[in-house]
Amino acid sequence: MAYEKFTTLISTGVPLKSENVDTDQIIPARFLKAVERKGFGDNLFRDWRYDREGLPKAEFVLNDARYSGKILVAGKNFGSGSSREHAAWALYDYGFRVVVSSFFADIFRNNALNNGLLPVVVPPLFLGKIFAAIGHDAATLFRVDLPQQLFTIVGSGESVPFEINMYKKECLMKGLDDIDYLLSMKGEIREFEKRGQ
Amino acid sequence: MGKTLFDKIWDSHVVRSVEGGPDVLYIDRHLIHEVTSPVAFLNLERRGLQVFRPGQTVATPDHNVPTEGQDLPIGEELSRHQVEMLSRNCEKHGIPLYGLNHPWHGIVHVIGPELGITQPGMTIVCGDSHTSTHGAFGAVAFGIGTSEVEMVLASQCILQPKPRRMRITIDGRLGPGVTAKDIALYIISKISTSGGTGHFIEYAGSAIRALTMEGRMTLCNLSIESGARGGMIAPDETTFAYIRGREFAPQGDAWEKALAYWKTLKSDEDAVFDSEYRFRAEDIEPMITYGTNPGMGITVSGHVPLLEEVAVAERDNFLKSLEYMGFRPGEPVAGKKVDYVFVGSCTNGRIEDLRAFAALVKGKVKASGVTVWIVPGSKQVEKAAREEGLAQMLETAGFVLRQPGCSACLAMNDDKIPEGKYAVSTSNRNFEGRQGPGARTLLASPLTAAAAAIMGVITDPRILMEGS
Ligand code: SF4
Repeated sequence: MAYEKFTTLISTGVPLKSENVDTDQIIPARFLKAVERKGFGDNLFRDWRYDREGLPKAEFVLNDARYSGKILVAGKNFGSGSSREHAAWALYDYGFRVVVSSFFADIFRNNALNNGLLPVVVPPLFLGKIFAAIGHDAATLFRVDLPQQLFTIVGSGESVPFEINMYKKECLMKGLDDIDYLLSMKGEIREFEKRGQ
Repeated sequence: MGKTLFDKIWDSHVVRSVEGGPDVLYIDRHLIHEVTSPVAFLNLERRGLQVFRPGQTVATPDHNVPTEGQDLPIGEELSRHQVEMLSRNCEKHGIPLYGLNHPWHGIVHVIGPELGITQPGMTIVCGDSHTSTHGAFGAVAFGIGTSEVEMVLASQCILQPKPRRMRITIDGRLGPGVTAKDIALYIISKISTSGGTGHFIEYAGSAIRALTMEGRMTLCNLSIESGARGGMIAPDETTFAYIRGREFAPQGDAWEKALAYWKTLKSDEDAVFDSEYRFRAEDIEPMITYGTNPGMGITVSGHVPLLEEVAVAERDNFLKSLEYMGFRPGEPVAGKKVDYVFVGSCTNGRIEDLRAFAALVKGKVKASGVTVWIVPGSKQVEKAAREEGLAQMLETAGFVLRQPGCSACLAMNDDKIPEGKYAVSTSNRNFEGRQGPGARTLLASPLTAAAAAIMGVITDPRILMEGS
């Protein structure tokens, strides 16, 4: 799936302090009936964002006019549960390009990376600082520098390096996906199959 | 240094290691269903590609299907459309499909093992996190996202960083009324829902060896709920006896050859794991969850933790979760009123689960205030339940056996728990809204579910078990 290339992003952040946010919350199962990848952002965090009548719940952070931006800052163990890639699609479609947390569930992390959504792992203490910075001033800017693998709180200049494997980094920076890579090695795959028989 | 079972299987499937990146892993079996595959097929076609190895792919619609009236067209339009798309995609690409009303239809993780498609030493993936179920056979099996489904359709391979290895050893003997489900809920309550993240778990020890294949599947199924990519158990005589004679099991010479290879599939004595846990079977009691993630488990006869018993950093989430569930810190769960009971899912929807449920309710009657959905995991499970007389026995006690599907496990079909209602469920996730918006889920074993169905309140199943 084509997505925007990612190099460096400067944006404000949206704070979602809850921990263990599972993919059933990110996009509830009843919205997975589509056969195309379209419009999932509308149902992002559906049951936290809207009440039964479909009216926005004022207390939920996405409905809070103070917060906006392309960076979602989330509590630890984000994206646990179901493997639905719709969770990554919904976040991307809504406009997020980065999710920052101190810990991600494995499948979500892969799904995000496969869809141009960068998961950034920062130490728990630093995550606390990010939340504090947004709490202090919702207009606080953050810089996510993928080439340097550095996450920075722009105002204070505090920064922290983050990990990403070289291969995925290159894919994100070039907007490439894994299929192209796999297709280029079909011959090798056939050889492998022959050896196994 | 020796190798772990996981290493042996993984390493023998690596086509190439990408420098500074993931491994290109060859996939032996790819299982697909209607929800996570349509976008993958669409992208494949946009690229003008064919399915590379349709014969190594198996499809079944399970997530969306109704569990009543399966001979009729699916009423709900979007669900019907997804199921039809799956049929169309399978037909177009030559993929075997076991659709509604096919004698082999069922939940993808139930039919794979049942048909002998799942075998030791294989790599198996599916766009569903509970693919870990198949690890019960000594396979490396894990859930993937839709982009990855597309990768496998296109190349029979997937790019995947290699997980670390964890071993969980459980020695001893389980007490009466304690099942594989209780082992799993116990483990997750100890290591948390993120304790296994980044790892593949191997379950070992005498208590694991003593489990039936179905019990092993329940345990491996729930590996993902501890955050692990998958869980596995080294194959042994129990495994071989289960596979022998099944539809797609090797036969004749091929069986002998396969068996010889399967017997080599175990961790070496001196293999080193990145992390290890040990538990005693005697410490495990019937478990139930009280909160909104599978790690929030307690014994059925226990109480919701007191605020002081919860780590300071976890308290906000703990209280938020109790508010959703309508529970107070410190209160006992036994005796709480139950509105719904759901028996089914890829965790506990197999014939042994129905047998366990039926054995406990036999000679008793369903509590009047409880709605009970008993949903077999597959057509074959349904058939066996009828042939063994379980269906009849359940009916006598006031229960009805429905038709196979995922059902109330994720409430994509009509089987939804209403807002605010309490459901004792044998499924795998108690997340907010998982079983329907506002539904309150308590995960437990089929025995604990049976006790709730008879008593109308949360009950330790041992109280109802004869001679224990
Ligand atoms: S029964 Fe539940 S967990 Fe299992 S495959 Fe179906 S939806 Fe997923």
